[in-house]
Amino acid sequence: MTVMAEGPPRETAAAGGPPLLEARGVTRVLPGIVPTTLVHDVDLIIGANELVAITGPSGSGKSSLLYLLGLLDLPTAGEVLIRGQATAAMSEEERAHTRLATLGFVFQFHFLLPEFSVLANVTLPMRALGALPPKAMRDRAMELLGALGLADHAGKRPDQLSGGQRQRVAVARALANDPPLVLADEPTGSLDSQASEQVFEILRDLVRARGKTVIAVTHDLEIARRMDRRIALMDGAVVGDTIRETS
Amino acid sequence: MNLVLDVALTHVRARARQTLVAVAGVATGVGFSIMMAALLQGSQEDFIRQLVNAMPHVAVSDERRAPPPQPAEEVYDAARIHGLKPEARRRGIKNPLATMASIEAWVPGAVAPSVKVQGILRYASRDVATSIVGIDPNREPLVSELPKQIRQGSLGALYTATNALILGDRLAEKIGARLGSKLTVQTSDGIRLTAQVVGLFRSGVRQVDDTTAYALVKTGQILAGQTGLVNELRLRLDDALAAPAAAARIERETGYKSVAWQEASEDLLNAFVVRNVIMYTVVGAILLVASFGTYNIISTITHEKARDIAIMKSLGLPERTVRRIFVLEAGVIGVVGALFGFVLGYALCVAVGSIEITNPFTDVTHIPISWSPRHYAMAAAVAVVSSLVAGLLPARRAARVHPVEIIRGAT
Repeated sequence: MTVMAEGPPRETAAAGGPPLLEARGVTRVLPGIVPTTLVHDVDLIIGANELVAITGPSGSGKSSLLYLLGLLDLPTAGEVLIRGQATAAMSEEERAHTRLATLGFVFQFHFLLPEFSVLANVTLPMRALGALPPKAMRDRAMELLGALGLADHAGKRPDQLSGGQRQRVAVARALANDPPLVLADEPTGSLDSQASEQVFEILRDLVRARGKTVIAVTHDLEIARRMDRRIALMDGAVVGDTIRETS
Repeated sequence: MNLVLDVALTHVRARARQTLVAVAGVATGVGFSIMMAALLQGSQEDFIRQLVNAMPHVAVSDERRAPPPQPAEEVYDAARIHGLKPEARRRGIKNPLATMASIEAWVPGAVAPSVKVQGILRYASRDVATSIVGIDPNREPLVSELPKQIRQGSLGALYTATNALILGDRLAEKIGARLGSKLTVQTSDGIRLTAQVVGLFRSGVRQVDDTTAYALVKTGQILAGQTGLVNELRLRLDDALAAPAAAARIERETGYKSVAWQEASEDLLNAFVVRNVIMYTVVGAILLVASFGTYNIISTITHEKARDIAIMKSLGLPERTVRRIFVLEAGVIGVVGALFGFVLGYALCVAVGSIEITNPFTDVTHIPISWSPRHYAMAAAVAVVSSLVAGLLPARRAARVHPVEIIRGAT
């Protein structure tokens, strides 16, 4: 399956401007009697149009790092910058708005709202942002679902779909506001190999055809190997950052 | 549809049974509050109506509120007078016909003259102190309910005998007099005449039925020993509530003490204030209890929807929006409950209003119910506000849910 191209990528790795996403000395410590360090002093620069895998063994802090990069969690120390803009000092509302407009999330579990139709789930972020008229939201949602081969399922509820289909709906929802950055937390973790392959191809095409940057946490080394860039974590710290040689 | 409204309605619909229970709680509260308010106010209005009907709206008597000013007081700014006994005035309202005409000229209602004399009725060697009220049978129906209260005889029968009397039924019973009985009336001034009972009345007010006898104005004047005497003017206004204003104006213009019914029964009206306090407290308590149901359901929904809240927040819905969703859900329960409560309240009012009270002496009456949109508005306002407050607490908690904790918990 391929994702329909929609013109030239909007975000190009243009020289000069600030990087899409930057982590500066990001550390996250869980408070407690014995404080636990989840992420330790991570420095990262991720530009536009990258396909990045974050890998590492269980408990290495992959997901924690992703939540910090996605502004779902706040670092204990350090700073996450989105397009050069610091986020730690933002209000809850500003951070939520940044998430809505520039970030798309895909989780291991689809996390769709069970009472809402597929279409309603996909339009939800657009309605929350409120930048488009209702008709345009619907059209865009249908276009996204069509591109992901789900046009026939728009009226169904999430529990009427297979796991792979649900995960594709989640991808469509992540793309709803056309964010430059998509964060995926074990997006294939709960799928069989065929569905995993499909979802991986979709994520790859987001980068290739739509110019997005995708950062995926995965422990599936086979999939990670096929990504453009791999960031390896161990005990919360970056231990490897390799870029795949493209032929 | 608005996103917040859409999500809120979906949540509420998805938990139909629990929502229904919460709505039923609010509706019951609203319904019974409306009924309580209608019943209490209805009985109060009925009581006032009876009170107002039993007495003149304004009574102008030949008394004055203050003793007449002394000439010295009028001339000097300050005067001290020792041992003065104010001059006794001739009793009665001066020039009663002209006074009546001047009042009738502007007052919206009717005026009737009367002569009140204290006397003793003597019959079969029984003596009873009595207020004899001389009335004008032509004017009296305009200012009182007397014609309706007559059980035997008629008002017009006062013209059929010399010194005719209409007695209160309890008074007649006390002295053993019946229709046609001849009895003796005697006053403190030593005037004494023979009178005939031509009618019996029952006002329902015991004190009146025990001690009052009606006669013609002329008979009253004979007993008072003063021809042309009128010592009280009684008014009935088209609007009973205008009585204090009318009384004040009459007093200003004529100088005679004019008492509106509100002044005469001030203590009763004060008792109603206490009743109203009780009513609003009870109604408020009912609605407050109903709001606990709302709190319960919103708490349950936020608990069950913790994952959905985390999802919405992870997508980028701000806390404000999440909070609004759940407050709105509580509002929906409050509003729907209030609407059902209106129906219930109306039905209860109809049901209670159809209960009959039978009384051997009066016609069949129904329990008085007051129909007022204010009761509905008040109950709805309290129900919706208390629902919103009940929803606000869990909504705030829900909005603070940390998405990462929930998302981690799911994996």
